[in-house]
Amino acid sequence: MDNRSPYVVNAPSVSMIMLKVLIALIPGIAIYVYIFGLGVVINIFLASLTVILTESIILSIRKLPIKPFIFDGSGLVAAWLLALSVPSIAPWWIIVLGTALCIIFGKHLYGGLGYNLFNPAMVGYAILLISFPSIMTNWQIPSSLMITHVDWLDQIKIIFNNNLISKDMLDAMSSATPLDYIKTQLTLNQSLNTIQQNKIFGLVGGKGLELINLGYLAGGLYLLKEKIISWHLPVAFLSTLFITALIFNVLAPDTFVSPLFHIMSGGSILCAFFIITDPVSGPTTPRGKIYFAMAIALLVFIIRIFGGYPEGIAFAVLLLNICVPLIDSLTQPRIFGHK
Amino acid sequence: MQLKNIFKFNGGVHPNENKKISTRLPITKLPIPKKIVLPLRQHVGHVAKLKVKPGDHVLKGQMIAEADGNVSASIHAPTSGKVLKISEEIIPHPSGLADFCVTIKPDFKDTWIEKKPIPWKKLDSAQLIRALLQSGIVGLGGAVFPTHMKFKINQNQAINTLVINAAECEPFITCDDMFMRERADEIIQGTLISQTLLLAKECVIGIEDNKVEAYEALKKAAQGTSIQIKVVPTLYPSGDAKRLIYLLMGLEVPKEKRSIDLGIQVFNVATVAAIYRYLELGEPSISRVITITGTVKTPRNYEVLFGTPLSELISDAGGSSNKTKKFIMGGPMMGFDLPSIHVPVTKAMNCVIESSPELFPAPKPVMPCIRCARCADACPVSLQPQELYWFSKSSQLEKAKDYNLFDCIECGCCTYVCPSNIPLVQFYRYAKSEIISQDKAKEAADTARERNEFRLTRIEREKKERAERHAQKALGAQEQKANDEKKSTIAAAMERVKQTQQENIKN
Amino acid sequence: MITAILVMIFLAVLLGLVLGYSAIKFKVDGDPMVARIDAILPQTQCGQCGYPGCKPYATAIAKGEADINQCPPGGDTGARALAELMGVEFKPLNEDHGIQKPKSVALIDEATCIGCTLCIQACPVDAILGAAKQMHTIIISECTGCELCLPPCPVDCISMEPVVENSESWKWKYPIYNIQKTQKA
Repeated sequence: MDNRSPYVVNAPSVSMIMLKVLIALIPGIAIYVYIFGLGVVINIFLASLTVILTESIILSIRKLPIKPFIFDGSGLVAAWLLALSVPSIAPWWIIVLGTALCIIFGKHLYGGLGYNLFNPAMVGYAILLISFPSIMTNWQIPSSLMITHVDWLDQIKIIFNNNLISKDMLDAMSSATPLDYIKTQLTLNQSLNTIQQNKIFGLVGGKGLELINLGYLAGGLYLLKEKIISWHLPVAFLSTLFITALIFNVLAPDTFVSPLFHIMSGGSILCAFFIITDPVSGPTTPRGKIYFAMAIALLVFIIRIFGGYPEGIAFAVLLLNICVPLIDSLTQPRIFGHK
Repeated sequence: MQLKNIFKFNGGVHPNENKKISTRLPITKLPIPKKIVLPLRQHVGHVAKLKVKPGDHVLKGQMIAEADGNVSASIHAPTSGKVLKISEEIIPHPSGLADFCVTIKPDFKDTWIEKKPIPWKKLDSAQLIRALLQSGIVGLGGAVFPTHMKFKINQNQAINTLVINAAECEPFITCDDMFMRERADEIIQGTLISQTLLLAKECVIGIEDNKVEAYEALKKAAQGTSIQIKVVPTLYPSGDAKRLIYLLMGLEVPKEKRSIDLGIQVFNVATVAAIYRYLELGEPSISRVITITGTVKTPRNYEVLFGTPLSELISDAGGSSNKTKKFIMGGPMMGFDLPSIHVPVTKAMNCVIESSPELFPAPKPVMPCIRCARCADACPVSLQPQELYWFSKSSQLEKAKDYNLFDCIECGCCTYVCPSNIPLVQFYRYAKSEIISQDKAKEAADTARERNEFRLTRIEREKKERAERHAQKALGAQEQKANDEKKSTIAAAMERVKQTQQENIKN
Repeated sequence: MITAILVMIFLAVLLGLVLGYSAIKFKVDGDPMVARIDAILPQTQCGQCGYPGCKPYATAIAKGEADINQCPPGGDTGARALAELMGVEFKPLNEDHGIQKPKSVALIDEATCIGCTLCIQACPVDAILGAAKQMHTIIISECTGCELCLPPCPVDCISMEPVVENSESWKWKYPIYNIQKTQKA
């Protein structure tokens, strides 16, 4: 006899939730492809393949059923996020290595789905950034800005064997990210205005990059509508980032870029809707979510402006992941009937 | 039907109602069954004390077991007949265990014992509670708490509001709905009586907005009275007393307190009707309305005598159409599998659902918790079910208690929304009963320790007393000896004197 | 050099004062360890551990004279709790002292009882009622199931009956996972 009430359930499965997250990433990816070419799709493909292979091996070593844990889709979400975080012209082994490390060290060493203390994608990203800083900060410039024409075959060549491409072409294709560029130029005592005259800047953020961020934003709004993520995280993150940047911008407009630039460049939007919303490594209480996102936004801003790395999302997220148990225990909501 | 001045609680879910299938037919009286099996434990509290023995002839409404102490309820014969045996029978309980039951063979004459209506208007509170103790009435919403206890009010707890719970939020269950449609007058009468007895200033009936007909019937019956009928949204678990009070009045019953501490008393609709029938007509609690639904041929509501074997109810409802023969007692959110179809109908049985794999599919494979906190969003108590799950699963019972496990009402909303299909409520039930049994064991150990210490001190004391007695005795013996010695010395001296005297005489 | 030494001396004196003060201020009366160990022990008072009761055993554990795994009624669970309290490694129950049995209570066959009062003297919790030449009976709710009354009975009229679960003492079981069926381990 089993007493398993409630006998009725009505919940989307974990797979369905993860699938919707993947769907929400598609607009951003589509714009990415439109602006930068197919490189990112190759990265996503490689990451997906790696994640499935690595997880299958680890699950069989851990004597766990493979099918349900591959189809839950959480590995794919981490892999896609990592693939979107590495430069699309990075050699193939970067994303393969990063994904494998992210799944092994970020997820399964902690016990797999549901047990990881850190955001797996950010673990992978941080390892790559520390190990291969030059590759990880060398981004492709939008196709429209390139002098020479680059087709998808060239991109495949770059990813799989960049010796096939001439050095000049390689240099022509790549540059630092706008965030990185501003940082290095500011140290050369350039004024912000002159820096932003560079062709890699667009309307508010990096040229092309701002469009991709709009794509991510659309996906994020879809997730909010589907109630996959709660509003607390993106709203707290983006508003804190905006307000902090605004204060600095107003105080010293020559050294600190506009708040909109902060929102629309780097991984801000991706972070707000897709990275910090990872339920496993984030807090569960509504108030905790707000504090968590605010702290990450502050750290991101500090690392971007004062830190040694051009983008601080990975480190900010990992640092706050450590604080999650504390945040949760300090922000327990008031229970019905309690004071 | 308008929703006005409603205070919404956190969470709650909207499971498919499935109520319409059992409201098509009116309430039917089930014929007297061939056998009546009455468990002695049908209520919260002490088991009733048996008053009959095998072979006795009992009349309908005759008390066969008396309430034992205050927290207990009497049990009455639902029809006239002969007591066959007193034995252990399987009862409708999630444990599937047997308990003491009285089996009565009805004589089908259905002869009532002399009905004695209670002149309740003339009785004082203490007399009234004594009278209700004899009635066998318990909360018929499913909690089966002895009703007379609810009339016990301390001086400092004046009742302001009487709330009548007509929410019936669980899917499938329609017994209260049908009861209200057909017997609204009894409910209103019972409500007025209860209001008078409690000296409550106002009275609110809370009803979910999916019961239009019942609402109309109550409204009609309540015309000309001060009873207020308030519509609450259809949202599970609005029928939970504390949630209903919040919906109606925006008041939260504080932790570890009861509604009575806020001056609110809550009764179920069927319970107030039973109060009316007992006080005005002199009929004790011997039957109830029960929904039989699910995959039975004709889902409907029956008025059933307590002790009727469930199998008779099932066959009258057209029998089961599938072979699984699995029945659930209660609703699909909080019910449990019945151990057998031969269990008797009890005071707690408000609904029986025949389940089938199509109706209630087997649970999907359980995945690890991904901390999505959907359960926390759905929890009507604003608990953190994912934390409670973590602690219950790893049997960290102290931690679970710290996270307010005992505030959980086991409504099942968390399990209902869990993407990982985790049977959360089962973990909480396990943890709760484990804590309760550990507390009991601890209490028993404490008594044993006390008794052991008492015994040791007693032995110590006895030893000391014995030693003292010995010492005293020894002292006495010494004195005796001393006396004896003295005497013998004196005697010897006397002897010597005598001898000397005699020698002197001889000389 | 001299400054460093002076600083160190000053710190040592200061810390010594603080420690000394707290030793007086936060002095704990009695031996709470014995009480805390005793609280974990099941209070069966059966003496299977080799000590005349639970408290003596607790005292022996506190003094380090006895091991934590000598209490059969407490079983592995009790040993684990003791290990945690004492900060030592858990050891499974030492079977030299007996094995864990399901909770039972003693039952006197009242027809055979001759009323010798020997069992009454043996019962550690005074759970047996009766007088000389009168039939004895056991207060079930107080019986700890220690079995100490069994050996002294000259007519062997006492038996141990396991406590049966009823619908009131019944407990919800630990839920069984569905996924474990598919799990190989």
